Amino acid sequence: MSAPAKRIELKLTGEQQKFLTEVKQISGQNANLCYQCKKCTAGCPVARTGAMDLTPTQVIHAIRLGQIDLVLNSHTIWVCASCETCTTRCPQGVDIAKVIDAARNYAKAIGRVDAEKSIDIFFNAFMKSIERNGRLYELGLALGIKMKTLEFTKDMELGREMFFKGKLKIFPHKTKNIKEIKEMLKKVRELESK
Amino acid sequence: MKYGYYPGCSLRVTAFEYDKSLVRVFNHLGAELVEAKDWFCCGASAAHSTSQGVAHALSLKILSLYEKEGIKDVVVPCAACFSRFKTAAYELEEEPEKRKTFDEIISYEYKNSVTIKHPIEAILKDFKKKDLEAKAVRKLNDLKLVCFYGCLLVRPPKIMKFDEAEYPVMMDKLVSTTGAKTLDWNYKTECCGVSLSLSRTDIVLKLTNDILTDAMNVGADVVVVACPLCHSNLDTRQKDIEKEYNKKLGIPVLYFTQVLGLAYGMSPKELGIPSHLTDAMGLLKEKKII
Repeated sequence: MSAPAKRIELKLTGEQQKFLTEVKQISGQNANLCYQCKKCTAGCPVARTGAMDLTPTQVIHAIRLGQIDLVLNSHTIWVCASCETCTTRCPQGVDIAKVIDAARNYAKAIGRVDAEKSIDIFFNAFMKSIERNGRLYELGLALGIKMKTLEFTKDMELGREMFFKGKLKIFPHKTKNIKEIKEMLKKVRELESK
Repeated sequence: MKYGYYPGCSLRVTAFEYDKSLVRVFNHLGAELVEAKDWFCCGASAAHSTSQGVAHALSLKILSLYEKEGIKDVVVPCAACFSRFKTAAYELEEEPEKRKTFDEIISYEYKNSVTIKHPIEAILKDFKKKDLEAKAVRKLNDLKLVCFYGCLLVRPPKIMKFDEAEYPVMMDKLVSTTGAKTLDWNYKTECCGVSLSLSRTDIVLKLTNDILTDAMNVGADVVVVACPLCHSNLDTRQKDIEKEYNKKLGIPVLYFTQVLGLAYGMSPKELGIPSHLTDAMGLLKEKKII
C-alpha cells in the first residue's frame, strides 16, 4: 500500500495573497475549478495572433497560485479583447474573460500598467472623455492618445479620410448631466478604494 | 409601434451611417425610435477594464433614464453597448444584494424593468417574415452575403441570450428577406479586435485579415455587420491590411440596416453607403441594384 500523498503547502507572500483574494472578489469566480483542458486557449483569437505571452490557461493557473508578477507583467491581461469566447466554451463554467478583466482592474488600481502602456493610455483617455463630455469625443480621444504615446503620424491618413467622409466631428457633444456623471463615478471610486 | 432608442456614441459620429439607415428602416416599417434625454456613454471596454463598479454604474444610470421615461423596450444597435447593458442587468438580477449599493450610486431605485433589444431581435420578433418580404420592392437576388456577428452580440450566451452562440442565424434570416443569398462561412463569430484598433493595430490587422479573407474565399460580395465597432475595423482598415499582408481586398462591409434599406427602395445616399471607406457603390452598380 502506498503512503498517502504529501500535502504541499503553498506559501504566499502578503502581496500574493492579497492579489489572489482581490481577483476572486472582483470577478466573483472560482478559478480553482479549472482542470487545464486548454479549451480557452484553443479558441482565443488573440492568442492565435501570437500577441499573448501567457496563454489564457496559464493566466488562470498563475492566478490560482497567486503569481502576481507573472500575471501583472504579462501582455495577455491587456491584449485580451474581452471577446468572451473562453467564457462561452469553458466546460467548468469559469468566466475566464471576467477573471482576466479582474486582473486588469487590479493592475490599474495599483498602477502596474507598464506591460502595455498604449492600451492603458487608451482606456484612460476614453474614461476622461466621458467625464468631460458625457458622450465619447472621438477626435479628442485620438488626439489625447497621441499626446501620451507621441506617435503623431500613426493613423493620420485614416483620420484624414474619415474626416472627409464625415466620420469625425470637430467638436464634442456635451450632455447636460456631466456633473452628475462625474459625481457618480467619484462615489464608485470612493467605495472601491475602501 | 414605439421603441426606446439608445444609439450610443459611435452612431453619432464614426458610424453615423448605421444610425441613419437604422432610423430610416424602422420608420419605414412603421416604428418610431425615441431617445432618452441626455443619454451618455456606456464606457464600453474602457469602463469594464478599469473597474466593474464603474462599468455597471454607467450602464444602470443610462437604463434608469429610460425607465424614468416609462420606456419598456430599448433598441441598442451597438454590440458593445448592448453587451454592457445586458451584463449590468444580468448581474443585478443574479446578485440582488448589490442592488442597494447601486441604487445609492445612481441615485435612483432601478427596477430593472427595461428590456434591452438588439434591432435584429426587435425586427424579427415584432414583424412577420411575409410582411418584411413584401416591403422588399427591390429584390437583391444577385447579392451573396456573409453575416458577421462578431463577439459581443452572442457571447456569453447565458447573459446575451441572443441566438445560438457558436452558429447564430438570426441576421442571416433577416437579410434573407431581401432575396439576397447568405453564405456559410467560418468567421461568423470571430473577434475583430474591437478597441485594440487604436492601441495595438497590429493585432486588429491580423484578426480582420483572417475574417475578410475567409469572406472572399467563400465567394461573398459583401460582409454584413450589426455593430459599429465591427464595421470600423472591417471597413476602415482594409488599406492597412493590404499593405501589411501584400494582398488585395476591397470587399464592401454594409450594416444589415443598409441591406434592408436598399431592398426597401432607399437610395445609397439616404443610407450613408457612400461614406464607407471601402467602396460599395461599384458593386451595387455592377449588380444593377442602383
